[in-house]
Amino acid sequence: MNPDFEELYQQVILDHSKRPRNFGALEDPAVHVDGDNPSCGDEIHLHVRFGDEGQVEDLRFTGVGCAISQASASLMTLKLKGKSKKDALEMLTSFTDVVTAGEHEAPKMLGDLRLLGGVRKFPQRVKCAMLAWRAFEQAMQEASSGKISTE
Amino acid sequence: MTQLSVFINNLLFASAPVHEPIAHSSAQAIMPDPTIHNPSLESYRSDFPILHQEANGGPLVYFDNAATTQKPRAVIDAIVRYYERDNANVHRGLHLLSSRATDAFEGARAKVARYLNAATSEEIIFTRGTTEALNLVANAWGNAYLKQGDVILLTEMEHHSNLVPWQQAAQRTGAVLRFIPLTPSGELDLSQLDKLLTPEVKLLSFTHISNFLGTINPAATLCARARAVGAISVVDAAQSAGHMPLDVQSIGCDFLAFSGHKMCAPTGIGALYGKATVLENTPPWQGGGEMILSVRYESSTYKPAPARFEAGTPNIAGAVGLGAAIDYLESIGRDALRAHDEALAIDAYQRIRALPGYRVVGPTGPRGGLVSFVHESVHPHDLTSYCDQKGLALRGGHHCNQPLMRKLGFPSTSRASFYLYNTAQEINRMIEILAEAHRFFS
Repeated sequence: MNPDFEELYQQVILDHSKRPRNFGALEDPAVHVDGDNPSCGDEIHLHVRFGDEGQVEDLRFTGVGCAISQASASLMTLKLKGKSKKDALEMLTSFTDVVTAGEHEAPKMLGDLRLLGGVRKFPQRVKCAMLAWRAFEQAMQEASSGKISTE
Repeated sequence: MTQLSVFINNLLFASAPVHEPIAHSSAQAIMPDPTIHNPSLESYRSDFPILHQEANGGPLVYFDNAATTQKPRAVIDAIVRYYERDNANVHRGLHLLSSRATDAFEGARAKVARYLNAATSEEIIFTRGTTEALNLVANAWGNAYLKQGDVILLTEMEHHSNLVPWQQAAQRTGAVLRFIPLTPSGELDLSQLDKLLTPEVKLLSFTHISNFLGTINPAATLCARARAVGAISVVDAAQSAGHMPLDVQSIGCDFLAFSGHKMCAPTGIGALYGKATVLENTPPWQGGGEMILSVRYESSTYKPAPARFEAGTPNIAGAVGLGAAIDYLESIGRDALRAHDEALAIDAYQRIRALPGYRVVGPTGPRGGLVSFVHESVHPHDLTSYCDQKGLALRGGHHCNQPLMRKLGFPSTSRASFYLYNTAQEINRMIEILAEAHRFFS
């Protein structure tokens, strides 16, 4: 077996895809974003509650899709919960770099999310890893433009 | 908690207990004629240069033939020879190469006509493939004959290529779409035909073999039923043309579309058969060179079929390649092809179904040379990626069948599809890899 494949599909990723953390919806007023990859059918429904300063107070998701898309969403919720707006943005940028850009060392602050860096070697799967993050990026934009939906 | 378990519970197909023997009544039909059952076509394998390579460190097992097949040396050589010796534009040059190119192009048309048992070569229109052929019918015939309140009858198992053009035709003309539903086993529910085939139905278009379920539809029966209410019939033969004998006169269709690249020919060439009496009364679709008789600034007159439907310089080399592919397939024999592909598909269907964790999709009986399947907890993309790492090329996705997949509750499936160069050993290899994948992901 290709070691790159085993590295990508290691236990942490498989575990998060089978038992996703923060799986569900948020009841309080929250930003709700639906993300999908139409070509493969992966779906993420992301709920984020932002504080007055734009900090990420809570976030949850539901979705269907491959292990990479669902594990990425699960790990993302763990990592972003409680982050300031600035830190969340930095996390988004770093993660995007790790899965799309060159071979540079992934920053430590990403924690287990670094495991998804291996997706670079499988270009068709990069969009799977990015799905939840694109949804989060949109949620931040909607929050700053004052568009809040209640669920 | 896994999301996959939710849709697995929704599976309508393969709902029989895993080891249940196939219903006896259909057992006769399941096994192809024993005299031609599982013929070894292995000697043909060496004709395909691409197959003799490693993929991700293992021998390539190419099971994505429903998407496109590989090309034999004879087809590759025919294209090279055409460009090295005969290349010129067709039907217009008064020089040697042009007449050679024209002969090659029209010779290919005659081969297609013979291959489909069309009454004349004039019934064969070259297109880019099945999709363009179906769009041609939906536009040229559809715009001329469909009107407000007419019904376009399709089935619930159509490829997007035989759905979207009709949605567009309906929007243009005010016609409405109606669909023949499926039985729980994944076949057309013909008991609904009396209700669906009303006098408002002007056209019935259906896939001959479902590229997702593997179901083989009763083409002649469907065309006869359409004819009985005065509707024309269109057969999407993308998955059947390269896999079984086809006779448009015995099927009784008005149109039949197929793609060359799913039957050993290059991409970008296919054909539309149209019954002469129907083509005569169908206006052109695209305008341009080749299709005109006489052009004035204000208006033009058009040639008869097939030229009327072939605007612009055609894919001459592609047609030559298609002609060579037809020669090649006929040298093997389409009864042998059908028996070989179906034997592999039935073997794969039974054995995947018996593997822990897997479910197969589609009818248990006779089938086209493909099997769609899912694992109870592994997403098809992860599974298909795993197989790719072992050199096994499957298709993972929605197979251009989104409405049906949505209805059945699948986000996607994996699909193995077979052709003449595939072997029983390759099926064994796939079964091993699928069993390993089950262990890897659990």
